[in-house]
Amino acid sequence: MTDETTNQGIPEPEGESDIIQTDYEIGQDNFEGSLGPIGFDIHNPVFVVSGATIVAFVFYALALPEQSTTFFGWLRPAVTAQFDWFFFVAADIFVLFCLFLIVSPYGRVRLGGVDATPDYSYIGWFAMLFAAGMGIGLMFYGVSEPMSHFSTAFGGSNVENGVRTDWAPLGAAAGDEAAAVRLGMAATIFHWGLHPWAIYAIVALSLALFTYNKGLPLTIRSAFYPIFGERVWGWTGHIIDTLAVFATLFGLATSLGFGATQANAGLNELFGVPVGPTTEVVLITVITAVALVSVVRGLDGGVKILSEINMGLAFVLLIFVLLVGPTLAILTGFADSLLAYVEYLPALSNPFGREDVNFSQGWTAFYWAWWISWSPFVGMFIARVSRGRTVREFLICVLLIPSLVCVLWMSVFGGTAIHQVIADGFTGAQDATLELKLFKMLGELPLASITSFVGIILVVVFFVTSSDSGSLVIDTITAGGKVDAPVPQRVFWCIFEGAVAIVLLLGGGLAALQAMVISTGLPFTVVLLMMCWAILKGLHTETR
Amino acid sequence: MFTKIMVPVDLAHAARLTRATQVAAELARLYQAETCYVAVTAPTPGPAAHNPQEFAAKLEAFAQGEAASHGHKVSSHSVVCHDPAVDLDHALLETRKEIGADLVVMASHVPGVTDYLFPSHGGRMAKHSKVSVMIVRED
Repeated sequence: MTDETTNQGIPEPEGESDIIQTDYEIGQDNFEGSLGPIGFDIHNPVFVVSGATIVAFVFYALALPEQSTTFFGWLRPAVTAQFDWFFFVAADIFVLFCLFLIVSPYGRVRLGGVDATPDYSYIGWFAMLFAAGMGIGLMFYGVSEPMSHFSTAFGGSNVENGVRTDWAPLGAAAGDEAAAVRLGMAATIFHWGLHPWAIYAIVALSLALFTYNKGLPLTIRSAFYPIFGERVWGWTGHIIDTLAVFATLFGLATSLGFGATQANAGLNELFGVPVGPTTEVVLITVITAVALVSVVRGLDGGVKILSEINMGLAFVLLIFVLLVGPTLAILTGFADSLLAYVEYLPALSNPFGREDVNFSQGWTAFYWAWWISWSPFVGMFIARVSRGRTVREFLICVLLIPSLVCVLWMSVFGGTAIHQVIADGFTGAQDATLELKLFKMLGELPLASITSFVGIILVVVFFVTSSDSGSLVIDTITAGGKVDAPVPQRVFWCIFEGAVAIVLLLGGGLAALQAMVISTGLPFTVVLLMMCWAILKGLHTETR
Repeated sequence: MFTKIMVPVDLAHAARLTRATQVAAELARLYQAETCYVAVTAPTPGPAAHNPQEFAAKLEAFAQGEAASHGHKVSSHSVVCHDPAVDLDHALLETRKEIGADLVVMASHVPGVTDYLFPSHGGRMAKHSKVSVMIVRED
C-alpha cells in the first residue's frame, strides 16, 4: 500500500502563514535503527560529531588531569581578555534589537500565523524556563553576587602599575555605604535583567518564527534559512547545530558544578558532611539519577511537575525571607535598586575603555558567555510557549517579567544580607565563600535549620530540572528537530551532562567549567548575531 | 461483536502498517464496524506535517484512502501532546475511552531485550486497556 501521507516532503503552504518551501524533509538525514537492543533516531552528522567530541573530551580530562587543569586555567582569562569587548557589543546589540522590534511594525506579526491563538498560559511554562534557565544561578548568586559587588565597591579601587587590581564595578564607591549598595545592586541587576533575557528572546523568537510560521524543523539551523537557503541542511547547518549542542552541554555542566559545590557547602554547614570532590561526585551522580527518572517520565509527567514544585518552594522561601527579614528595607531597596540600574546601565554596558577590568572581564563577560551558552536551551522552552502571541506581546513579556522577578529575588536575598552587614554589623555572609553566603544569611534569620534545608533541596531540585530539560533540548537538536525520538537518546545525554560536570569539576574545578562555557559561548555569539539578521528577513515576509 | 475499531497509526511511517491496517479493515467489514484511525503529534513541525491542523487533515486523508481501498466506514482522530516520545501510550489509552472504541488493532515490533525497560506501545495498550487489543506483528 502506498499513500500520499507517507511522503515526508514539506507540502504546499496551507493556511495564512508564510511557509518556506523547501525540498528538505524533517528527519531525512536521520539514522533510524537500533544498536543491539536499543533503538535510536538521530541526526547523522550532528549527533555523531557532538557525541564523539564530548566522549573524547571526557576521556581527555580523565586521562590527563594535570595537563587539562593547566589548559583550562589558561583558557578562561585568555578568552575574556581578548574578546570581552565582543561579548559586550553583542549583548548590547541584542537588547537594542529587541527594543527596536517592540516599537517597529514587525511587532504586529503573530507567531503561528495571523489567526493563531495562544496554546498555553504563561504560568506553567514560565515555571519551566525559570527552573531550567536560571534556577541554580539564582540560588548560587542570589546572596553572593550583590554581597560581592557591595563589598568590593565599598572597598574602593586599587591600582598597581596602571592596572586595577580590585574587583569593584565601575569607579567603585570607596567608604560610601549607601553608594556601594546602589552600585552593587545595579551591577547585579545588570547581569540578571534585560541583557540575559534579550539573549534568550532572540533565540526564542527565531525558533518560534521559523518553526511556527515557516514550518521548518525545531532546531537552531532553521533560523538561518533566509541567509544560507538550502545550504542550511548541509554542513553549514550541521556546524550551527553542533555549536548549539556544545554551548548547551557546557553551560549546563557549569550550572551543575555550581549546584554541586553549593549543595555540598550547605550539607557541610548543616550536617557536617565533608567538603570535597568525593561528595560532589556523589551528589552529581545521585542527582543525575533523579534527572534520569524525570526525563524518562517526559515533559508533562516529570519536568513540568518538578519545575512547578520548585517554583512553589522558591516562592515560599522568597516570601519567608521578605517577611522575617528587613521587610521595609528590602521593599525600598527594590525600588532604589531599579533606579540605580537605570542610572548605571549606560556605564555598565559600555564595551570600550573600561578601567574595571576584573569586574568587566571576570563578571560581565563571563555572564554574557554563560547566558549565550544557555540560550539554545532556554530559547527552545520560550519558543514553545510563544505560539499565538504577537512579536510585541512576546518580547515585552520575555524581557520585562522575568527581569523584574530576578530583580525582586536579588533585592530580597542580597538586600537582606547587605542589611545584616550595615544595620546589624553581621559579616558572616560577607566573609564566607561564594557558595556558602546563602546559608550564612539564612542562619541569621529565624528557623535557620529549616530554611537552610529548604535551600539545599531547592539547589538539588533546580539541578534536576536543569539537567532533565537540557537533555530534552539537546536530544531534539541532535534528532534534527524531531521531538519524538526514542527515549534512550535522552538517557544518553542526561548521563553525559552529569559526566561532563564530574570530569570538569575533577579536572580543574569550577575554573574548568567556566573556561568551557566562555569558549563555547564565543562562537555561538556569532551565531546569535547572524540570527538577528535572519529574524529581520523572516519577519519582513510575514503579514503584519 | 465490535462496533468501533481504533487503529493507531504513525503518519510518518504509514507504509509500514500494511498488515495491521488491512486486518483492521477486514474486521471492520466483517462486523460492520466503524474504523477510527488515531495519530498523535507534537505541536511542533514533524516529518508528517507542519502543524497540528495539517496533521489532522493528512490523517483524515489517510482514513479516506483506506475507505477507498477497502470499502469500510472510517473516521479519524488526531491528538496533540507535548512529549509524544513519552506520553504516547497514555494519549492512546485516553483517546480509546474518548472515542468509545471497543477493539484496538495496532502494529508492533517483535519484542526484544529493551522491552523490559521501555515496553512497546502495543504491549502497554494491551496491558492497560479495558477492551480487546489485537497486536499485529509487522516483521
